[in-house]
Amino acid sequence: MDKEFTTVSIPTSLYKKIEEAIKGTEVGSVSSYIVKVLRESLAKDQPSQDVFSQEDEEKVKERLKALGYID
Amino acid sequence: MIQPHGGKLVERVLRGPAKTAVLAKAASMPRLRLDSELVSDVENICLGVYSPLEGFLGQDDFRHVLSQRRLCSDLPWTIPIVLAVGREEAARLKEGADILLVEERDRPVAVLHLAEKFTFDKGETAEKTFGTRDAAHPGVAKVMAMGEVLLAGPVDLVDCVPTPYDRYKLSPKETRVLFKEKGWRTVVGFQTRNTPHNGHEYLQKAALTFADGIFINPVIGRKKKGDFKDEVILASYEELIKHYYLRQRAVMAILQMEMRYAGPREAIHHAIIRKNFGCTHIIIGRDHAGVGKYYAPFAAQDVFEDFPDLGIVPLFFRAFYYCKKCQSVVNEKICPHPPADQIQYSGTKIRDMLIKGEVPPPELMRPEVAKVIMSFKEPFNE
Repeated sequence: MDKEFTTVSIPTSLYKKIEEAIKGTEVGSVSSYIVKVLRESLAKDQPSQDVFSQEDEEKVKERLKALGYID
Repeated sequence: MIQPHGGKLVERVLRGPAKTAVLAKAASMPRLRLDSELVSDVENICLGVYSPLEGFLGQDDFRHVLSQRRLCSDLPWTIPIVLAVGREEAARLKEGADILLVEERDRPVAVLHLAEKFTFDKGETAEKTFGTRDAAHPGVAKVMAMGEVLLAGPVDLVDCVPTPYDRYKLSPKETRVLFKEKGWRTVVGFQTRNTPHNGHEYLQKAALTFADGIFINPVIGRKKKGDFKDEVILASYEELIKHYYLRQRAVMAILQMEMRYAGPREAIHHAIIRKNFGCTHIIIGRDHAGVGKYYAPFAAQDVFEDFPDLGIVPLFFRAFYYCKKCQSVVNEKICPHPPADQIQYSGTKIRDMLIKGEVPPPELMRPEVAKVIMSFKEPFNE
């Protein structure tokens, strides 16, 4: 298995800024803060899309009608 | 519509010639018999309920889920979905082989393409998953009783096992088509293991005020003694929806799965599942997926802080109660009256009334719902 953590470099000034910003908060460390922000950023704006084809959709609608979920 | 977890809705269902081929060679395949919980997990994997999982977890993902609450891909995943067997059984199964998974009456359910076998530390697994090694915790007891070897690999569904509740069983593909057909862009998921009282209705409708639809999703599976029977839960919700909800705003379908009672980890797991069904939001109340006093009352809400990339939005509800002065279900933010005016919603209290044949008062439960529950001779599991 790959090691679980790796090292990334950031400017010292930024590190100190984050350190100051998280003082008194529940964020445990600069690393935790950075991980959280990066995960949030990566997760944003995921495009929404249908996961079924037109043909699938029509077949499913038949079952839904038979079960009374749609008219 | 919200993306499935991991971006792709898994669908591993054998059809046509592929299915025929498996059934033709079934008699000569090595086979494993699964209990109902594992059958549910297999179906959930193959129908996309557990997307992005394509099978039972391999060693790397298993260890990552325990230690990081994520898959190796960094995607949030908090409950290890595994297939355990004893050492002797594991020894006869070869990596690289196709194993026929059958249910208790030997009916083929799925094919496991066995990729790896590995041992694991049961105590550590229990501690990481449930936050305790106390054998009195039902989840811990289950882990300690598991076989010593985990089998990993993708699975393909041959057939779902019929149940009396198939009329309420929708796959994530089907719920997504349904939500699209209804024109719902925002959908709130509501998880339940109980018949509805007015407090549940309040939560659902409070959330529904800000969404296009509510997806009521009772968990159906092996229950503890004293739990409501599945058919009672479904009948009572049908009655509630019939009389008190707009049909174009409320949908009910089941989630066939056994509860792990893993508190915070399971709250995230439940959120992921509802995301796969197409929900954009999920209601998380006090002590979600908890049992006894193993978890702090709001630990299952606080845990969402650690998953800013989950993709589904949790709606947190704290306490609620009926206020005799306000004459409605309220919470501490909207009711100024003292505790003497409050009637608490206690599942135990309502259960005790029903057992004694007493109709719960209308402040606690809709009379139509109470009537349906009481129409069952034995509404509780023995």
